[in-house]
Amino acid sequence: MKANYGYMDGSGDYFITIDTDKCVECETRACVAACPANLFVIEEDDWDDLVALIAQDKRKSVKYDCAPCKPVTDRPPLPCMAECPFDAIEHSW
Amino acid sequence: MITVGIDAGAKNIKITFLKDGEVIATGISPSGFDQNAASEALMNETLAKVGLTHSDVDVICSTGAGRKVVPGAKHVLTEVSAMARGSLFLRPDVRTVIDVGAEEGRAIRCNEAGKVEDFAVNEKCAAGSGAFTEAMARALEVSLEELGKLSLTSSASVPMNAQCAVFAESEVISLLHASTPKQDIAKAIHDAIASRIMSMCRRVGINPAIMLVGGVARNVGFVQSLRTAMEEEVFVPDNPEFVGSLGAALIAADREVETATA
Repeated sequence: MKANYGYMDGSGDYFITIDTDKCVECETRACVAACPANLFVIEEDDWDDLVALIAQDKRKSVKYDCAPCKPVTDRPPLPCMAECPFDAIEHSW
Repeated sequence: MITVGIDAGAKNIKITFLKDGEVIATGISPSGFDQNAASEALMNETLAKVGLTHSDVDVICSTGAGRKVVPGAKHVLTEVSAMARGSLFLRPDVRTVIDVGAEEGRAIRCNEAGKVEDFAVNEKCAAGSGAFTEAMARALEVSLEELGKLSLTSSASVPMNAQCAVFAESEVISLLHASTPKQDIAKAIHDAIASRIMSMCRRVGINPAIMLVGGVARNVGFVQSLRTAMEEEVFVPDNPEFVGSLGAALIAADREVETATA
């Protein structure tokens, strides 16, 4: 399942997508430590799978929380995506 | 076996009683400031309506924005799985579920087996939710029901440029001052919400059959605008606001059966 966490407003779409079918295979959970804004948490979903998701209190501010990792020029790889061994994380912006 | 699904929404709490796969009672009440107390009051009221007591209920499953505060809930589910389960129960060929509630919109894509493949929730922007229609109805000085019906009488296409509920209200006022007919403004409002919802649906992908659930599905103007935007038939069940609580009650029953047979 692809879980899209975030929002859209007048300025654009701001979603972090987690492919839970890939995420459930992960043992390292490296995204949690990699994110400087502590966006990722590991929780059991409705299907009893232990997967990464975006913390409830961060879902309405991903545009701003992710901004330090997304400089306008010389953008480095995003830490969460770079650390994910299963390429399960995508950003929509 | 009697299972109860409680959908503690942002504006209303919905409850569905299920006995051996059949709905035996439903109820709805405002969420108010205390969802815990409101859920308990609605539970007691519905129990009395069908002549049951708490001890007759096998299991309670909660969902919705206030799902974590529902008293006595053995299972706590997100709206995604509850809406998907409820929609597939009502129409097994549904592959895309669109839920538009008071405060948020949600698009869910399922596969042939009923498994959720992709979902997106927009819980920040009011421009794609029921709160937007309420604000716009106030601006037009009509009731919510009238707003939907008015919209159906218009064939004009008035663009609403504002992407935000607050700015859209100013735009509605400007259109009123420019003597734009109310029905054309009503249609523009519903077209704007449909456009926001469409954008979210594109994120998850749209597969027919499509079902629209949640309280806003009662707005005939919005349903028509969404059908036009989607260029597909959009099915609306008889009681769209109860699909979440129905799904929760069904999942509770599924889990009890799984536990009993394990």
